[in-house]
Amino acid sequence: MDSILFIIAAVAAIGCGLNLVLQSHPISSALSLIGVMSSLALLYLLLGAEFIAMAQMIVYGGAVMVLFIFVIMLLNAGAEKRSDKSLFARIFGFPLLAVFVVPLSFLIKTTFSAQVSDVSFGSWVGGTAEAVGKQLFTKFLLPFEVISVLILIAILGAVVLAQKEID
Amino acid sequence: MSFFIIVTLVKIAIVFGVFMTTLAYLQWVERKVLAHIQSRTGPLRVGPHGLLQPLADVFKLLTKEDLMPPHASKFFYLLAPFIAVSLALVSISIIPFGPVVDVPFFPGHKTPLGITDLNVGILFILAIGAISVYGIALAGWSSNNKYSLMGGLRSSAQMISYELPFTLVIISPLLLANELSFRGIVNSQADYYLNFIPRWSIFQMPFPQIFGFIIFMIAGFAETNRIPFDLPEAENELVAGFHTEYSSMKFACFFMAEYANMVTIACVATVLFLGGWHPLFPAPYSDWVPTAVFLGASFLLFAQGNKIGRKGDHITFPLFGLAALVLAGVFAVPMLQTYIVPIFWFAAKAGFLLFVYIWIRGTLPRFRYDQLMHFAWTFLFPCALINLLLTALMVALFPNQK
Repeated sequence: MDSILFIIAAVAAIGCGLNLVLQSHPISSALSLIGVMSSLALLYLLLGAEFIAMAQMIVYGGAVMVLFIFVIMLLNAGAEKRSDKSLFARIFGFPLLAVFVVPLSFLIKTTFSAQVSDVSFGSWVGGTAEAVGKQLFTKFLLPFEVISVLILIAILGAVVLAQKEID
Repeated sequence: MSFFIIVTLVKIAIVFGVFMTTLAYLQWVERKVLAHIQSRTGPLRVGPHGLLQPLADVFKLLTKEDLMPPHASKFFYLLAPFIAVSLALVSISIIPFGPVVDVPFFPGHKTPLGITDLNVGILFILAIGAISVYGIALAGWSSNNKYSLMGGLRSSAQMISYELPFTLVIISPLLLANELSFRGIVNSQADYYLNFIPRWSIFQMPFPQIFGFIIFMIAGFAETNRIPFDLPEAENELVAGFHTEYSSMKFACFFMAEYANMVTIACVATVLFLGGWHPLFPAPYSDWVPTAVFLGASFLLFAQGNKIGRKGDHITFPLFGLAALVLAGVFAVPMLQTYIVPIFWFAAKAGFLLFVYIWIRGTLPRFRYDQLMHFAWTFLFPCALINLLLTALMVALFPNQK
């Protein structure tokens, strides 16, 4: 049961990821990205991190992607044309991909095979909102606050840029 | 294990049936109430008092021609109503309608009234709300129609803006309850102050959430695109907004999604602020309230039947009165009271909120678009923030008052 659920979510994530790159229309790509986010949320949920899963859906699946789609709709972007011009990509694309992927998978297999153990879904229950909150406000208090200041700076920057446009 | 699955399937069947019937008849109620607010009679022709009108509407929508605009992008055009309606129907699954009760005919087994309970319940509702924007946005974009596109854009902007006060104001009752699961939130609102003031969130010390409740309802109106926030479908500017190009069952999907969202918001407000299934009075009296209400209704209906009214009222009013009398009898059976009295209180609160929805639709005009945004960002958002800060401060200062 565990592996079936994992395979469904993982295949959905990879399929949506491929679709994201292969689609020529920006809206299709954005929707595929939402598919990737949702499948990731499903994987988090299977691992027992229910709070992270819901936060993933609210923040990435909801707020961020709505903004993406909003911008695409406002610009009324049409389908992109395939150029099919790059000789370099056509000849060296797949060989380079193989050169990159094969050593990487080999490295992952050799480095982590000692630490890998079977995961059974539902065995770990440290993903509740309470546990995450406790970690954020004790162990990770400094990074948490620093990130909030960083985001504040980003918001200020956005406001300044927007004001210049109006003047 | 298999017993759990069977009980859950039965509960799903019951909830689905009741929910769909509610959606169909909510529309009849809305038309009737609106009509009476405007001194009209509303639907009357199909069945007594137009009671079969929802059925007639379904047949009308099913048999209408299913148009497909020639330049629409087909896949997304078909996907949008599907997203809208399926997401709108999912949220009801985690609403608790009553306490944990014994399963009838199977002694020794207990089950909660309500399909399921998540320990991140409220976040689940927010996640579903965040995703359901895509239904409307995609419908507007894929129709390839400027009115639809404007409607879709307006609705996305409105939903993003109002999600902020909506989310902020939800946090305050969570601070009081110290819980994220709906069942836990309702359980934390049991009991009474001085034996008569219920400990619902809107009355709960150390900081009553009465303002929070009002902000929640306003933001809820905007999230469901209802008057006075129904700019995505403002008919004098945008024909019908995002569903201009939709007909037949696809239009019905959007219609159903809107009503399902209304019911969900009313249920969530009941759970978060109005104490869920907990009665207004302490238990010894409140068990007899439903009986009294239905008895009163039946007497009123019998009295109305004697007056000179429209043709047929002499038959229909006493029949409705008889039905109310039977309901009063059902609610008086002590064996059934443990099951149906909590559900009565939940339905009464949610039903009242739904009535407020319709009432406001009959009362208020529509916002202008800049007023809408101004209201959200410069009034509602700071109010929600102040409400949250005050609640947090009071909970921190008086932790034992809870």
